[in-house]
Parts: sequence; structure tokens; C-alpha cells
Amino acid sequence: MSNNKKLSILLSGIIAENPVLVLVLGTCPTLGMSADVISALSMGIAATIVLICSNAVISALRKVIPDTVRVPCYIVIIAGFVTAVQMLLQAYLPSVYDMLGTYLALIVVNCIILGRAEMFARKNPVLDSVFDGIGMGLGFLVALVCMATIREVFGAGSFAGIAIPFLENFKIPILVAAPGGYLVFGLVIAVMNKLRAKSGGVKRKSFECEGCPVAGNCSRTSCDYDGVKIKKERKKNA
Amino acid sequence: MLKELIPILMAGILVENFVLQKFLGICPFLGVSKKINQALGMSVAVIFVMLFATAVTWPIYSYVLVPLKIGFLQIIVFILVIAALVQFVEIMLKRFIPSLFKALGVYLPLITTNCAVLGVVNQFVDKGHNFIEAMVASLGVGLGFMLAMVLFSGVRSRIENAPVPKAFKNLPVTLIAAAIVAMSFNGFDKIVENLLALV
Repeated sequence: MSNNKKLSILLSGIIAENPVLVLVLGTCPTLGMSADVISALSMGIAATIVLICSNAVISALRKVIPDTVRVPCYIVIIAGFVTAVQMLLQAYLPSVYDMLGTYLALIVVNCIILGRAEMFARKNPVLDSVFDGIGMGLGFLVALVCMATIREVFGAGSFAGIAIPFLENFKIPILVAAPGGYLVFGLVIAVMNKLRAKSGGVKRKSFECEGCPVAGNCSRTSCDYDGVKIKKERKKNA
Repeated sequence: MLKELIPILMAGILVENFVLQKFLGICPFLGVSKKINQALGMSVAVIFVMLFATAVTWPIYSYVLVPLKIGFLQIIVFILVIAALVQFVEIMLKRFIPSLFKALGVYLPLITTNCAVLGVVNQFVDKGHNFIEAMVASLGVGLGFMLAMVLFSGVRSRIENAPVPKAFKNLPVTLIAAAIVAMSFNGFDKIVENLLALV
């Protein structure tokens, strides 16, 4: 029974609640690191390791961290793990370190990690949080590698650096450049929408403020940027 | 002097546009670009915080972290400085310039987790900029962010009324529009070098 629960936590991260394609979190690294498969894999693995570690620690400390200052605490924990990963990569895999460049440091502000801390790790026991971390991390990895495969195969005519005989002569360079990232991401999400509509319309969960990384220092109850609505809300609250 | 600073500024605005070429700061780019005045408000807040953050983190990095040989704490220190700074700016604006606070208030808390800001302060470490270069670079990046936001909000207001296939509604069509805007920015490649060669 409890094994089943852990499995479902793990699987939901990969498919039903895929952080990139369904929850649309962590768009920056998804777009920036998906031009080729190797860097996508490295980015996915690095982010997954940080996510698992930070989920475990945040969940273990969930009764210690005061609610009011939780976001800064989470950020420090996450930044600590990112620094550790960065130093390990620099020491043992310098080529990967150079490839990831500034995006490695930016794992700190990856909304997936802070989002999972807010949505899951602070309310669930350590082991569940670890599984959630693995599932969400793999979901991120799968989405990233999918995007990178499309972009690299059609944009550069190769897969993980190995040239593909026929496609090599008909590559579409724009896909590997910056605009291609937006284009492929848009298309992949459209395909996901279509598939979800077919399979009985599993709707995107609305997380509202619960999953928002800035909920801690934001006084609003919904993320509607419409000034009028916010004013109304503030009046109500006052 | 000026000849070194102009390329840095122009690179930030056009060639290495953070949003359209480096994919940093996508969340506000997609989230707050529906209306032009919101896009402007967010951009001004981002420029404000970027300049402030660079002005604070550069001395901290150069005079505290480097001499003490704790450069590896860069990420933790920078993110905390940005978070504290955003809170501080918010409180100060609320107290002293309430009109500006009203205009920017909504966007300020969102900036803490804006990766463009962390990207800017990481940039001067990577590129070894001095203080003035770092400030000019962050101004360039901020202006580039503003340019992208304002341009894109114009594009988006047209999409709102366009008939879009069901699966492409909302996010997908927005992303594809962003791809086209980004493509136009590809045209700026090498423009800075060529401009300076003319002068």
C-alpha cells in the first residue's frame, strides 16, 4: 500500500504533473539548455540532484523552520546544494561545468525546486519528499531531453553529437538558435494540450498561491496582475 | 573609455538580449506582458533592482568575498543580497515615494526569483567587469529586458483577439510569437562591432 503511494508520487512527477510541460515551471533552463542532448542531460541531472537533496533537507527541517521566514531559509538550503554541485562539477567534470555556465548557478532560482519545497516538501515526510524529488527531477529531465532531441535532430542533424546520415544534409539551424527554443517549446506544449484534451481533459491543477515561490512576501491571494482586481481584493481585506 | 562602454551597453540591449537570446527572465516575460503599461511597470522595477543589486553586490564580491577567498559563497551571498534588497526597496518606496510604490509594488516581490537579476550579478564575475562596466552592463540588460517586454506586449495584444486553434490557446501561441520576436533579434548579431567600425 505504502509502496504504491510512493510509486504514484514518483510517476505523477514524470507524467501527470510534469513540472515543465504541465505545471510550466522552470522555463528558463528548459529553453536555455535544450539546444543539444548532452547539455540537456547534464542540466537535468544537476537539477535533479539539487531537488532531491533540498527536498530531503527541507522536509527534515519542516518542523524547525518558522513559517514566516521559510522562503529565505529554503533559498539558503537550495543555494548551498547548488554551490556544492557547482564545486563538484568544477573539480571532476570541468567540461560539463563550462557547458552549463551561468545556468548552473541559476538552478537556485529554478521555480521547480522552490515550488516543490513550497508545495510538497514542507508538508510531507522525508521519504515521500525524496520520491517527489526523484519524480519531479526525472520529469524535468525527460521534458528537457525531449526538447533537446527535437531541436538537435532537426536543427543540427545529430543526436548527442553523433551525426545522423540523412538529416545531416537537411538541418534547420534556426531550431538550435534561440528562437527555436521558443518555437519547439510552444509546439511541444500544444501537443501535450491536444493529448490531454483527448484523454478526457485532465485539467491543469490550479495551485494559486500555494506553489508560488514568492507567496511568502506577497500579500495577494491570486496571481492576477490586473490592477483593478488587486485593488478590489485589497479593499476587501482592509 | 566610452568606446569600451558602448559595446557593453548595446550588447545587453540587442545582441545578448537576456530574454530573447539567453532565456533569462522568461517568467515575467510571459506572465506580465499582456498589457503595455504592466510590461513597462515590470521593466522599470527590474531595471531599478538590477542597478541596485549590481551596485551592492560588486563591492561585496570585490572587497569581501575575494580578499577573504570565499568566492565560492557567491551564489548564496548574491541571492540573499537580492532578496534583502527587494524587501528593502519595497519598504523604502512605501515609506518615501508612495506613488512609485503603487506603480511598482505589485512587481517587486516577483523580482526576487527573477533569474535575470541573478544572471546580471553573476555576469560581472564571469566577465571580470570593473564597477563602471558592471553598472553599464546591468543597465544594458535592463533596457534590453524593457525593449523585449514592450515589443512583446504589442505583439500579444494582437494575439488576444486572433482565432487560435484550441490546442494552441494561451501559452503555446504566446511562445511561438516569442519565437518570431526572438528571430527578429537574431538580425542584431554582430551589429555592435559593425557600428563601431563605422565610427
